[in-house]
Amino acid sequence: MNSRHIVSIRFYALVFGALVLLTLATAGVAFVDLGGELNTIAALTIALVKALLVILFFMHVWHSSRLTWVFAGAGFFWLLILLTLTLADPLTRDWLETAIK
Amino acid sequence: MSDSAAAHAHHFDDIEQQHEASWLGMWVFLATEVMFFGGMFLGYTLYRSAYPQAFAGASNHLDIWLGTVNTAVLICSSFTMALAVRAAQLGQRKPVIIFLLLTIVLGTVFLGIKFTEYYAKFAEHLVPGRAFTYAGPAAAAQIFFSFYFAMTGMHALHMIIGIGLLASLIVKTGRGRFSAGYYTPVELVGLYWHFVDIVWIFLFPLLYLVGRHFG
Repeated sequence: MNSRHIVSIRFYALVFGALVLLTLATAGVAFVDLGGELNTIAALTIALVKALLVILFFMHVWHSSRLTWVFAGAGFFWLLILLTLTLADPLTRDWLETAIK
Repeated sequence: MSDSAAAHAHHFDDIEQQHEASWLGMWVFLATEVMFFGGMFLGYTLYRSAYPQAFAGASNHLDIWLGTVNTAVLICSSFTMALAVRAAQLGQRKPVIIFLLLTIVLGTVFLGIKFTEYYAKFAEHLVPGRAFTYAGPAAAAQIFFSFYFAMTGMHALHMIIGIGLLASLIVKTGRGRFSAGYYTPVELVGLYWHFVDIVWIFLFPLLYLVGRHFG
């Protein structure tokens, strides 16, 4: 257990700067038509990177015990199950459309 | 155990173990919060896949500048929260109070901007219900705005609770309840605050940025 590791203000400021830059990037990229689903993928990728920065550094998971990694990961792992299993049906219905017709 | 900062409850071996238990317990709570918001994100995804064009069109009625500024404000508040926890780790009482106050101020600015946005939506009749008026696919747009109000509303409620928790931390810090050896509540409220920030990090692109490239 090492969540008491003290991070320098400089490092927090770097993470903060990265988060602000990524926010501007995601707002800017949204106006560019990347075609197809790429806009959504770009937006969610940037959001995921921002979330990871917050979780790993602001929430101290990087410097925490293995058990903390398991606990922090568990919530998102189950979220992934919720999303994947539910969306497996509606998002794939089109795939067989031609075969049915 | 008011002043005995380094004391631990009898069912723990030492202060370290007690801290680890609180820390992990908070992460379990946050996992339930992930599932709570996850259900709404799932519902959003299902309806967006059913009405992609309507969702994109309705999304363009949100104010992207206020949304971007609010995202930046919330990230600033996470930064000040991280600095408050750092000051608590070092046992610096005054900086803890200053950074917690800054976090409250930024959180309040966020809610103020959110209120302005809500007000505009009421004025434009974009709140789902009888008065809803919309040029375009109104039924699907109402679904989008239902998700908008449900998700940002639950997020705002979490912010209000967070501000209350921060205020109680300021009082406790002022009374000298925390030290470099015991600052668990500051740390755990910090986790909560950052989590609420993460929810917004996903809400912002999914609600505000869906249809911008359609002009």
